[in-house]
Amino acid sequence: MGRYIIQRVLEAIPLLFLVTVATYFIMNLAPGGPLAIYLHNPHVTQSQLAILARQLGLNQPWYVRYFRWLWALLHGNWGYSYFTGQPVIQLIGERLPNTLILMSAAFTVALALGIPLGVYSAVRQYTPFDYSFSFLSFFLWAMPSFFFGLLLQIIFAVKLGWLPVAGMYSNFAPPSILELLRHLILPTLVLGLGSLAGWSRFMRSGLLEVIRQDYIRTAEAKGLSQRRVIWKHAFKNALLPIVTIIGMDLPSFFGGAVITEEIFSWPGMGRLFLSSLNDRDYPVQMAILVISAALLIFGNLLADLAYGFLDPRIQYR
Amino acid sequence: MAITTQIATQEAFETLQEPRSSSHFWRRFRHHRLAMVGLGILAIMILISLFAPLLTSYSPTAPNLAQTLLPPSAAHPLGTDDLGRDALSRLMYGGRISFLVGFGSTIIAITIGVIWGAVSAYLGGIYDRLMMRFVDLVMSFPVIFLLLIVLNFTGSHASVWLMVLYLGLFGWTGLSRIVRAQVLSLKNLDYVEASRAQGAGPLRIIFRHILPSAMAPVWVSATFGVGSAMLAEASLDFLGFGLQPSIPSWGNMLDAAENYIVSHPVLILAPGFAITLAVVALNFVGDALRDALDPRSTTGMSRIG
Repeated sequence: MGRYIIQRVLEAIPLLFLVTVATYFIMNLAPGGPLAIYLHNPHVTQSQLAILARQLGLNQPWYVRYFRWLWALLHGNWGYSYFTGQPVIQLIGERLPNTLILMSAAFTVALALGIPLGVYSAVRQYTPFDYSFSFLSFFLWAMPSFFFGLLLQIIFAVKLGWLPVAGMYSNFAPPSILELLRHLILPTLVLGLGSLAGWSRFMRSGLLEVIRQDYIRTAEAKGLSQRRVIWKHAFKNALLPIVTIIGMDLPSFFGGAVITEEIFSWPGMGRLFLSSLNDRDYPVQMAILVISAALLIFGNLLADLAYGFLDPRIQYR
Repeated sequence: MAITTQIATQEAFETLQEPRSSSHFWRRFRHHRLAMVGLGILAIMILISLFAPLLTSYSPTAPNLAQTLLPPSAAHPLGTDDLGRDALSRLMYGGRISFLVGFGSTIIAITIGVIWGAVSAYLGGIYDRLMMRFVDLVMSFPVIFLLLIVLNFTGSHASVWLMVLYLGLFGWTGLSRIVRAQVLSLKNLDYVEASRAQGAGPLRIIFRHILPSAMAPVWVSATFGVGSAMLAEASLDFLGFGLQPSIPSWGNMLDAAENYIVSHPVLILAPGFAITLAVVALNFVGDALRDALDPRSTTGMSRIG
């Protein structure tokens, strides 16, 4: 197990390195480049542009520029926003926590409701609950998250007025945990319900598969209560494939976060990313690509470790 | 969700090693009532979008500024949008865009994914490691971020074919993993060994002998992939980085209607439910395909979904 953990961590490091190479490569394809803002300025001559390019190191070959960028990145210098002039690391530092709040809330809701609902649906297979929940999850899964978000806004914020339409805190009340929670409810539902639907369905089918195995029949034959058979004997084995699925599902949280933050004006990294696209703010885009990929790799690493923890048979090849 | 389903199908098919007879498959598939419902919904939606010019006399694109934001009426059953275009006509034509993007990008994704996965597994060794590392790398990025960046490079407002291309180019990685796993489990079986002994070349072995048996999970995953691509396209439209606003796609309709969410909710509800219905129908079919192709599904696993 210890060897497995170390191997997994060691595998993640070169991948992270490749991520920075790929990011640099992609952003090098961007039209314009750092000097684009000067190109149409009549006061900037061709020779001045050449001097600027030399000062900024743009005349160097790409691999030299890449390693200088990587070196700076590793030392906490993430460059400066073309648009606001602020250090990128500061911009990200302001936004990333908000995104992580939203994501962890959605993740927690999806996990805490999806898994038990899936188990319940499997135990009550072919009952009205099972049918209606399965049907509902089909729709939640298929509904575009922005459409779902707009519906929730119409119903709960505009018509009923129970919850705020958008934002993270109220303009009319001092910021407090309670205000944050009130503003968090709708975005969390939008971001979390799709995964909730998916995970509960996999939990259901996974458990249905496990409870047909012989060792479960043995446990039942011993006279154990159904609760004990399900939770003590079947659940852990059925959970194994779900862990992989949850790990693979993490990218959808990033995509979902961009859309959710946009609908609910949530001041997170996703909206920062969208505005950096509109502003052609390449340093910010690069930083967000690297950070989101790093978070994804880390998430998958955690999922692998959870898998190894749940399944003691696992051995690193 | 796409990846989720790919993993699930991959796991479901790891045990599948011999080709199953197609009549057996059709019998199981037809027994799945929801799948038939799904196919029916898809057929109707595709037919409506194809025959839209016969069903409506309004143009889906030409603005009519004298008739903006009309409420639903006999002449305009869903009213008109902010530029005075008949919402029902745009909805019908919008199906063309959605299905074209969904199926078109999935065809590209299957082509790349199958070739990549099969070659990687067949060659093995260092080639396999390098090719799969590349897949790992692409999958390390949230796909929507990459899509947004390249769409933004080309000036944000893409044509339909560019959208098809991009979604295909960024959508094949999961499929390639499935195909690789399948080919790995098949390539050392006796019948493959036999054809190798008979002197068949690697291309012939891959395409004639291995892939036909390896494709079942690919079709399942691709069915879900069509729906995911349709959702992705609509999301990109909605974020303002997708198709040109004049193109009558469901995502563009939703994007334009966002400002009239309170006064004209039908402009949001109609395209929103159209996408949802199409994706639900595709997922019904995908679920049934999985059940019909998965030998373990006699246990009733994921029967109704």
